Amino acid sequence: MPGVLGRSTLLRHVLFAVIGGAALFLLTHELGEFRNSQLANIAYIACATAGLTVLTGLSGQVSIGHGAFMFIGAYTAALFLKHDLAERLLQHSGNANFGLIIVLLAAVLVCALVGGVVGVAAARLRGPYLAGITLALAIGIPVLPLWSKLEGPLGGHAGLPVNAPAPPTSVDYVRFQAWICCLSAVIVIFLLANLSRSRVGRAFRAVRDDEISASLAGLSVARVQVLAFVVSAACAGLSGGLFAIVAGSVGPASFPLSLSFYLLAAIVFGGLGSLAGAVYGAVLITLLPNWSTDIANSLSLSMRVQNNLPLVILGAALIVAMLVFPSGVQGLLRRGWGTVARRAT
Amino acid sequence: MTRTSIRLFAGGALLAVAVAACGGSSSGGSPSSGSSPSSGGANTASAPGITATTVTIGSHQPLTGVAAPGYDEIAPASNAYFQWVNAHGGINGRKIVYKYLDDAYNPAQTVTVVHKLVLQDKVFAIFNGLGTPTHQQVVAYLNSQKIPDLFVASGCLCWNMPSTQPETFGWQPDYTIEGKILGQYITQKFKGQKVAVFAQGDDFGHNGVKGLQDEVPSSQIATIQYYDPTNTNVAPQVQKLAQSGAKIVVSFTVPAFTALLQLTALQLKYQPQLVVSNVGSDPKTLAGLLTSFSKGKAPGSKLIQGIITDGYLSSPADTSNSWIQLFQQVHQQYIPKLPFDGNVEYGMAAAYTFVQALKAAGQNPTRASIVSAIQSSHFTGPGLVPFGFSSSSHAGYTGVQIGVIKGSAIHLLGQPMTTDDGSGAITPFTTQQPAAPANGIPSN
Amino acid sequence: MTPINLILNGIAFGSIYAAVALALVLIWRSTRIVNFAQGGMLMVTTFIAYTLVQEHGQNYWVGLVVALLAGLVIGAVVERVLVRPVEGASPLNAVILTLGLLLLLQGGAGMIWGNGVASYPPAFSTIFYRVGHQELLFSPNYLFVVVSVAVVVVLLYLLFQRTSIGLRMRASAFSPEVARLLGVRVGRMLTLGWALAAAVGALAGVLIAGTAPNYMNPNGFDALLIYGFTAAVIGGLDSPIGAVVGGLLMGIAFAFLNNYVSVQIDTFYALVLLTVVLMVRPSGLFSRTATRRV
Repeated sequence: MPGVLGRSTLLRHVLFAVIGGAALFLLTHELGEFRNSQLANIAYIACATAGLTVLTGLSGQVSIGHGAFMFIGAYTAALFLKHDLAERLLQHSGNANFGLIIVLLAAVLVCALVGGVVGVAAARLRGPYLAGITLALAIGIPVLPLWSKLEGPLGGHAGLPVNAPAPPTSVDYVRFQAWICCLSAVIVIFLLANLSRSRVGRAFRAVRDDEISASLAGLSVARVQVLAFVVSAACAGLSGGLFAIVAGSVGPASFPLSLSFYLLAAIVFGGLGSLAGAVYGAVLITLLPNWSTDIANSLSLSMRVQNNLPLVILGAALIVAMLVFPSGVQGLLRRGWGTVARRAT
Repeated sequence: MTRTSIRLFAGGALLAVAVAACGGSSSGGSPSSGSSPSSGGANTASAPGITATTVTIGSHQPLTGVAAPGYDEIAPASNAYFQWVNAHGGINGRKIVYKYLDDAYNPAQTVTVVHKLVLQDKVFAIFNGLGTPTHQQVVAYLNSQKIPDLFVASGCLCWNMPSTQPETFGWQPDYTIEGKILGQYITQKFKGQKVAVFAQGDDFGHNGVKGLQDEVPSSQIATIQYYDPTNTNVAPQVQKLAQSGAKIVVSFTVPAFTALLQLTALQLKYQPQLVVSNVGSDPKTLAGLLTSFSKGKAPGSKLIQGIITDGYLSSPADTSNSWIQLFQQVHQQYIPKLPFDGNVEYGMAAAYTFVQALKAAGQNPTRASIVSAIQSSHFTGPGLVPFGFSSSSHAGYTGVQIGVIKGSAIHLLGQPMTTDDGSGAITPFTTQQPAAPANGIPSN
Repeated sequence: MTPINLILNGIAFGSIYAAVALALVLIWRSTRIVNFAQGGMLMVTTFIAYTLVQEHGQNYWVGLVVALLAGLVIGAVVERVLVRPVEGASPLNAVILTLGLLLLLQGGAGMIWGNGVASYPPAFSTIFYRVGHQELLFSPNYLFVVVSVAVVVVLLYLLFQRTSIGLRMRASAFSPEVARLLGVRVGRMLTLGWALAAAVGALAGVLIAGTAPNYMNPNGFDALLIYGFTAAVIGGLDSPIGAVVGGLLMGIAFAFLNNYVSVQIDTFYALVLLTVVLMVRPSGLFSRTATRRV
């Protein structure tokens, strides 16, 4: 059995996905409501960070603009639900959960498309210029609902309500959301893990490591880079769609530039280039603000200090992380594991 | 990271959260009892967030970030008043525990902190959640979970929808009511004169303008210019106001943009009569913002003299008023480091209304009992006008009183007016504001 | 709104973006790092000046000089203590580090100066010029801003092109190994680069704070950093002239689009402008090395 697993990457990934999925399913039964809502949060952020890891970690393109893709995914989901597009597509088959799948798929597809367009533009850009245009995307796209011409369909400042289909039976609402988000995250990570081990993944890495050698080896660098953008944007779109369902409404102000920065911080924090790192990053970046607020509120401080302490803790944590373990949590674990393995032999 | 972001987007939505308060003289109503499903006997843990000795409530507030200036005083002020109540024995022997969390005015964070308050801290109710774009993201959730969503800190008309949002209640007058009453005053005082309008390009500005247009004939409105709160370049708009030839400018602005309007008008040597809605007219805040720019020419406080505005609470500078005396006492005791301004008064007055509601909800309150108690209430308190609460209306204060800035205070003119956000008539409200209770605790 | 006024208004605001862009360009030139903490650093130096001018009644120029000195110190300290260890590591780590620093500075400033509202005095009159009966949307204070930015650009040009220390700084930035072999104290040059950049940022902060009454709070300069970065990218991150042209271009484009389209979506205009420029010149308008590698 171990032999088969060692040889077949796909089988190993299937096994991991099944075990991971089952573990998460059991976890949702153990956790209370608030922890489940945090789990849902972590899971949809993990979809985005996993996608970003493929782009930035594997293919070497920086994006400070993934919040824009989440915005597009979320608004796509909201518009689909608002206009009952999924229902119409299914011609009233009556199953609300099929509807939900259609809605999320729509968010993925629309973002993949936009990601393709952005990718074509981005493939010509390097370093800070790529950072610049993706940052402009993060600030420039989510203001569109405020434009008087789009205010009607996109709801202006108030945004759009998201009337997600209710849980099938008498499943607890928050737990149901955690399920959807975790299931999505498991699927995304499973697919990306296979992608990363495939020829495409090797092409990504080849382009990242040395564009000239990659093109000498017959790879179309631009095409590879655009593909990475498409995949990554699709994941962010799913993340945005899930956000819409969890939050129950979408508005332009929910997608500030800080969101894009936090996603980037998450993948660096977790360990650049590894999907596991993307997950650690999602966990940390979701829980850290919560912890720092708890710490600040547990101390009796003056109002100014107490209000600003969470910011200071978060900032300091990012700085210390970059100085002390620049290769992130995953790097730390690898080093730890390496030491253990060396001692064992 | 960066609140950068927030400045740009959440900031983009820096909808006015109406806050400043102003001057007053009269109000009224009659005491109410509300429905008390369980009175007599011992205190029980009658609902989530309620124990025999405590009531825990929560809120989301902009303690940091672009909306923090001024508004970060509100929750500490509410809390100071709750501490005062607790020091006087609490309500029905229960002390009020107020947990307010920072959402930095980012709606996505509002969702997170409200989930935390409801699911982890198990609060009894959400009180005074601040901001239109922020609170709009949690209204549906709170209503679906049947959690009382009391006295939202914003003048959006959208809190008054009892049929679809039975748990949500407004508190301050909505922007349309303000616009109507300001509009009526303008048509009477400046008959036939051209009026120009400067308004924030969101629900605050749009609804204020809507109210104004109800009263001021469109022939009299020379131009309406909108601004975006993340865009400080307002010179082009203000020049259009000046070129319209209007001698009166009505503004639905947050304080920073009232100051910017004034400053830019000054730069253009344009000196219209300003009519500023309550949100953007706190004299202390405005004078502070303008002082640096009038160095050598006039102190900041001089620039704001004569601004016409409106209010629904007594002016914080009116130290002869019993409510101001009470709030000053609370301020001195618990939050002496904060300035005693309209924001602090706002926080305390809203807290006072909550205490009234809690009292009306009975000895062992439930989430349903506090909602029905508010619906059948006739609370009187620091307000100059009555609340609109009933089973068919969840509107907060139903009117305002016109005032004018003199010195660092708002002097009220005439009498308070009440109306609705529809086509209802504007009528004077003649009941006197009651005196504050001696111990500061409402008897309801 | 006459086109003249739109252009003047655009220049006034554009020079502000240009000032921030200049500081970013200096840091990019010295250490190949985009300093997202720049907005936080100039916020802190402006608050220091604010404390002197508004709370201790000092002269405007005293405040300005102290802000510049504080900028030099903060820039040098940040480079030595925080940035040095990540130089040469993945550029992303430096980005995250500067973001962490931004949060730290904003939180720290909130602790010290509060999250309230305050304003900073202008250097000169803010009353607009008039030609006959027509006001121009431009004031002596804006003229001061524009002239200051121009002077800084000229000084930087002279420093980099005409002095040996400028030559050493350029050498350290473009080829640290070679520079080191030639006996240049590369580390010191990098520190100097950051110190200079932070001083230019400090100047920008004080200039900007005097133009409108709502800058003095921990988040007051957030949007400017973003526009400054966009301007720097438009101009080409290596070029101080590019930073100025980029800033002015953005200011003027915003003025016209605000007038003719909508005042609500400046950031979208920034996206469009940046896209157009980068599609034509992938390394900005003034890049000397057009590194198109695809």
